[in-house]
Amino acid sequence: MVQNLFYFLTFLTLLSALMVIFSKNPIHSVLYLILTFFTISGHYILLNAQFLAAVNIIVYAGAIMVLFLFVIMFLDLKKESEQHIPALAKVAGVIAGGMLLVIFVAAFKSMQTITPDEASFNSQIGLVTTLGKVLFKQYLLPFELASVLFLSAMVGAVMLGKKEEGERNTF
Amino acid sequence: MIPEIIKTIPLNYYLFLSSTLFVIGVIGVLTRRNALIIFMSVELMLNAVNLLLTAFSAYRSDPAGQIFVFFIMAVAAAEVAVGLAIIVMMYRYMRTIDVGLMNKLKW
Repeated sequence: MVQNLFYFLTFLTLLSALMVIFSKNPIHSVLYLILTFFTISGHYILLNAQFLAAVNIIVYAGAIMVLFLFVIMFLDLKKESEQHIPALAKVAGVIAGGMLLVIFVAAFKSMQTITPDEASFNSQIGLVTTLGKVLFKQYLLPFELASVLFLSAMVGAVMLGKKEEGERNTF
Repeated sequence: MIPEIIKTIPLNYYLFLSSTLFVIGVIGVLTRRNALIIFMSVELMLNAVNLLLTAFSAYRSDPAGQIFVFFIMAVAAAEVAVGLAIIVMMYRYMRTIDVGLMNKLKW
C-alpha cells in the first residue's frame, strides 16, 4: 500500500517536473511547479516529516509561487515568445544532463545504505515538538542569523526594484 | 517502531529520485532561454536536495537534517525575492527576459 503510494508520488513528481521545463507557456510551468511541490510534500508526509511538509506547502507552493505568478503576469510575456534556440543546443543540453544522471546512478548504485536499527529508532523526529526543541537549543544562532539574511534580502529587493533618479516611466 | 515506508523502500530509491529531479533541473537551465524558467529550474534543483536530506534524516532518525532543510527553505525564500527583483529590473532596461539577448559582457 505505502509502496504503491511511493511509486505513484514519484511518477507524478517526475512527470510534473518534466512538464515544468518543457511547457511553452511560463504560466503552465508555474502551475506544474506547484504540483511538483505538492507531490514533494506528499513524500515528506510519507517519511513522517510533517513539519517540513507543512512548511513546504506554505513557503514554496504558497509564497514563492505566488511571487512567480505575480511577476509573470506583471511582465506581460505573451507578445514576445522565446528566441529560437538551435536544436543542436537543446540536444547538447539534454545529453550533458543525461551524462550527469549516468554519473550519479553509477556512483550511487553500489553504495552501502544503512538499515535502521529497531531498538534505537525514533520515528517522531519530524514532528514540530522535536524539531522545535532542536532548532531553539542546538541551532539557535543560525536561526537568529537567518533574520539578518532576510533583512539584507529585503533591502536588496527594494533597492533593485526602486526607480532611479531621472529614469523615464517605462511601466 | 519503524514506519512501513522505511522498511519497504530502500534509501537508494530516494537517491535515484532526487538525482533524476536534480538532472531535470539542470536540463531546464541548459535548454531554456527564459530567465523565469531558468529560475524555476534552480528551485527544482533545490527541492531535489531538500528531499534527499529529508530522506537521509528520516532513515537515520536524526533531526539535524530536517533543520538543515528548514534553513535551505529560508535561504531559498530570500533568494527568490532578490532574484525576481533582478529579473524585473532586467525587463525594465531591456524589455525582454531572454538570457540569449543578454550578451553585453560577452567578448
